[in-house]
Amino acid sequence: MRWAVVLFVLLAACEREQRQYQLPPPQASFVKQGHVLTEHNAYAMSQGKTLFRWFNCSGCHSNGGGGMGPALMDDKWRYGNNPEDIYTSIMEGRPNGMPSFRGRINEDQAWQLVAYVRSMSGWAKKDAAPGRSDSLYPGEPENMRDKRN
Amino acid sequence: MNPVLERTWRDPPGVVGWFSSIDHKTIGRRYLVTAFAFFVGAGIMAALMRLQLARPENTLIGPDLYNQLFTTHGTVMMFLFAVPVMQGMAIYLVPLMVGSRAIAFPRMNAFAYWVYLFGGLFIFTCLLFNFGPDAGWFSYVPLAGPEYAPGKRADVWAQMITFSELSGLLAAIVVIATVFKLRAPGMTLARLPLFVWAMLATAFMILFAMPSVMLASTALILDRLVSTHFYNPAEGGDALLWQHLFWFFGHPEVYFIFIPGLAFMSSIIPTFSRRPIFGYPAVVMSLTATAFLSFGLWVHHMFATHIPELGKSFFTAASMLIALPTAIQIFCWIATMWTGRLLLATPMLHMLAFFFILVLGGMTGLMVASVPLDLQLTDTYFVVAHLHYVLIGGAVFPLFGAWYYWFPKITGRMMSERLGRWQFWLFFIGFNVAFYPMHHLGLRGMPRRVYTYTDEMGWGPLNLLATAGAVTIAISVLLFTINAVMSLRRGMLAGENPWGAGTLEWATSSPPPSYNFDRQPIVRARDPLWEPPLGELREPTAEPTHIVGLAEHTREVLVTTVQDAIPDHRLAFPQPTLWPFVSAIAVAIMFLGSIFTPWAIVWGGIPVALFATLWFWPKREETDAAIAIEKRP
Amino acid sequence: MQSILQSAGPQAAHIESLWWLTLAICTVVFLAILVAVAWAVMRKRRGDAATPPDISFITKKERGAELAVVAGLGVSLLGLIVLTVASFVTDRALASLGAPDLQIDVTGHQWWWDARYDDQDKSKIFTVANEIHIPVGKPVLLRLRADDVIHSFWVPNLSGKKDMIPGRDATLTLQADKPGIYRGQCAEFCGAQHAKMAFLVIADDKYEEWAAAQRKPAPQPSSDQQKRGRDLFVDGRCAMCHAIQGTTANARHAPDLTHLMSRQTLAAGAVPNSIGHLAGWILDPSSIKPGSNMPPNPMEPDDLHALLAYLGTLK
Repeated sequence: MRWAVVLFVLLAACEREQRQYQLPPPQASFVKQGHVLTEHNAYAMSQGKTLFRWFNCSGCHSNGGGGMGPALMDDKWRYGNNPEDIYTSIMEGRPNGMPSFRGRINEDQAWQLVAYVRSMSGWAKKDAAPGRSDSLYPGEPENMRDKRN
Repeated sequence: MNPVLERTWRDPPGVVGWFSSIDHKTIGRRYLVTAFAFFVGAGIMAALMRLQLARPENTLIGPDLYNQLFTTHGTVMMFLFAVPVMQGMAIYLVPLMVGSRAIAFPRMNAFAYWVYLFGGLFIFTCLLFNFGPDAGWFSYVPLAGPEYAPGKRADVWAQMITFSELSGLLAAIVVIATVFKLRAPGMTLARLPLFVWAMLATAFMILFAMPSVMLASTALILDRLVSTHFYNPAEGGDALLWQHLFWFFGHPEVYFIFIPGLAFMSSIIPTFSRRPIFGYPAVVMSLTATAFLSFGLWVHHMFATHIPELGKSFFTAASMLIALPTAIQIFCWIATMWTGRLLLATPMLHMLAFFFILVLGGMTGLMVASVPLDLQLTDTYFVVAHLHYVLIGGAVFPLFGAWYYWFPKITGRMMSERLGRWQFWLFFIGFNVAFYPMHHLGLRGMPRRVYTYTDEMGWGPLNLLATAGAVTIAISVLLFTINAVMSLRRGMLAGENPWGAGTLEWATSSPPPSYNFDRQPIVRARDPLWEPPLGELREPTAEPTHIVGLAEHTREVLVTTVQDAIPDHRLAFPQPTLWPFVSAIAVAIMFLGSIFTPWAIVWGGIPVALFATLWFWPKREETDAAIAIEKRP
Repeated sequence: MQSILQSAGPQAAHIESLWWLTLAICTVVFLAILVAVAWAVMRKRRGDAATPPDISFITKKERGAELAVVAGLGVSLLGLIVLTVASFVTDRALASLGAPDLQIDVTGHQWWWDARYDDQDKSKIFTVANEIHIPVGKPVLLRLRADDVIHSFWVPNLSGKKDMIPGRDATLTLQADKPGIYRGQCAEFCGAQHAKMAFLVIADDKYEEWAAAQRKPAPQPSSDQQKRGRDLFVDGRCAMCHAIQGTTANARHAPDLTHLMSRQTLAAGAVPNSIGHLAGWILDPSSIKPGSNMPPNPMEPDDLHALLAYLGTLK
């Protein structure tokens, strides 16, 4: 039993710890592939958190609490919180003001943002979600948030 | 051979018995074998790194794996090889050298070993599964902090530190208690072998330094796991705090490794010069001075930061000053050799290598002790060369020599002299070919911790040379392993004292029986086997030469006073038990769990507390046996 | 070449002198110890395990050896004092560079450098990346900051290094005495691409002209291809992170590209600045610097040529 737990913990590391410095080129099934590579991947979520700051998502969404844009850390999802839904929101935009970022950011960057956004409402595994930032940040870091449905 | 004593003190048989052993010799051997295995593992990592660096723009190993390799190489070598192997030598030899049947706190000693083993296995496993630590062996924040080190790699590092802290601290306590309270009657502090003095100094240093890194790594885990702000500058924390806390431990740490090397020198040189060491009091005071001074040097690892220059100058002066006690010891050893009759066997060759390699490393140490020079040399390959010269020259060469020297005592067989010489020369030449060019690389601007470099920097040829040297080192370590394994089966039988040495561990069979000595000696001189009444020039005397009267059917040990080793009282020692092993497993689960969730401390603490309670629960038979021998053994 | 022993300025020269003095003293000491050990070994007084140990030394006074050890101690102490004093003297010399009149704020990022040339006259402030020009023969003050993790600014030909620690400011003064190109490299492990975080410090005898050129915004594109390239830059992915003064691209997460073509290298010294390397870097940075924050940018060949044409005007 003990060995099963140990093995489980170790194998989980494969998913969490992989650094995809070079994501494969887009293919027909890239939507699924991108999602699979970034979901529960610590590096992807960490990059996503950096990009969230760089691309000024906080301008409308604050640090997840929302403002001009809806809150991202709660359990209300206008357009669904499946990874594909969030990806579409980012890349195609949505009515009521979400701009389309297609042509502005890469698919890999979008998937990293998707992974991070999901972690904001506690949907990422706790051992992979980002910890606190090295900056002033209101609220709990993502690895301490419970899953919101 | 005393069958009653043998039955009282031996390890119980069988698999359960193997896990229950609390014999210091068994635990000491386990430390040595485990540490050597980790040494080989970390050495393989180094070989991989050198293969990657052999050519400019090489594509053998990418940056992610390379960063894990150099971090784990440093971490394993410093925390899981160098310090534990020295503690293992102390655990095996100190009770024998002070004439005791046992080590103090034998169950805690066993527990410390198991914690060490689990910590080491853990970090190797993590590397294999792609979450080995990758922020350097001293893991600076913010790179190792929650924002810039995603995943669990840095947590693995920090928690492994906790394992090795715990193990190191407990082993240090065991050594101090043994040296102070379990010495043979008559072994006053002034008659303590220099090996024991050095291990005592090391143990005290460990006691004072390790809590600093435990604090640092705990704060790092808390920052990462539960978002405290110890190292977050935006919230009042400080990235430099990490450096101070780490190096306050980190500088003494290299002396935990170096001072035992001095212990080996002071034990082996007199034996192979056929005379007692010159300047015993000077050597003792030098060891003590080194131990104290080493706590005042730590900022020299931080000279490139913006700490005020006046403060840094103090640490330049201190770093230069600490060369003096080592110089004294070097002069005393040279005086010993000069006036003695030398036997240049393999152990002695390794000690001679110290004078070349460590002294060269000490010279480069004086260079980096100066703030302005360090501002150019720090964080380059010059420092990599310096640290390997002092650590390998000051500790690893004496360690290998010590293994050749004490292998006969531990196993009963001599190692091959021929293979030993081959191994020595390959190691010596390979080491210099590998590390000397690194001085030049540093002077030519090659920084540390780079996974590759461009061709036009011109660093290619020297890197290739260094790689060739590294391969030679690997061959020499392989030769050593072959020598050890072959000699275990087919080495010449050693007898009690094959080297004609003077300290007490040679006054018993090789390997020693489970009870160490048939009759525990009473000591009246510094090198008991060389001087009367135990030595050759035995004079008839009415004074007793051995202890009589201790119980033989139960584990009874004589406790003596600290300064003059006057018999003080008799103490009943514990029987072999599984609790140290089981408790170590519980502690390991608690530590490993706390990498993932803080609740592991709470839930994991329950079995630990339970097992600790059961460990110490008094047993009726043991109490009865102790009472029975109280008035009359 | 990036070397401590080829000093091109007073700071590095002071340190180099100290190096040679220390090397001389240490070599003498090292050889002395080796000679002493060799002499002891070669005295041919041999024994073996059976030779009775000479315990007369326990009671015998060893005046000669005592004298030798004390003398050795005395000489060592003297040597250490000389080295310590020399170190302090050099420290003082390093602090005695004249008052700088040029001030540059250098910030280290994972894995590139930006440098903001400060000025009393705010209209003269400009920003460059990865290649810093300084005037010849004049002291320069560098204010060193880090944006993310600890980096270290090190250009060995000109000066010792200084760590850039987030949350704290450090300063470094240096001066280049002869014109030349001096390569530096980050000297504190900072993550995946620490190995390829280099920079150039160019002591430029035409510094004022260079600075004046850097202050100008990017020229307007003239040909249609260049205009298309500019539009691709500003309306596409590039402007999300890069800035080009004179366009609407004004992001600060990546090097300022306003005068990209005036630089000798790309990607913080990773590759030389040529059209081929630039194309390769844009299309797939992870083939040059795996782990770099710049994403791959696959694009149609026509688009790539247009972009390169526009970037080629950023002199």
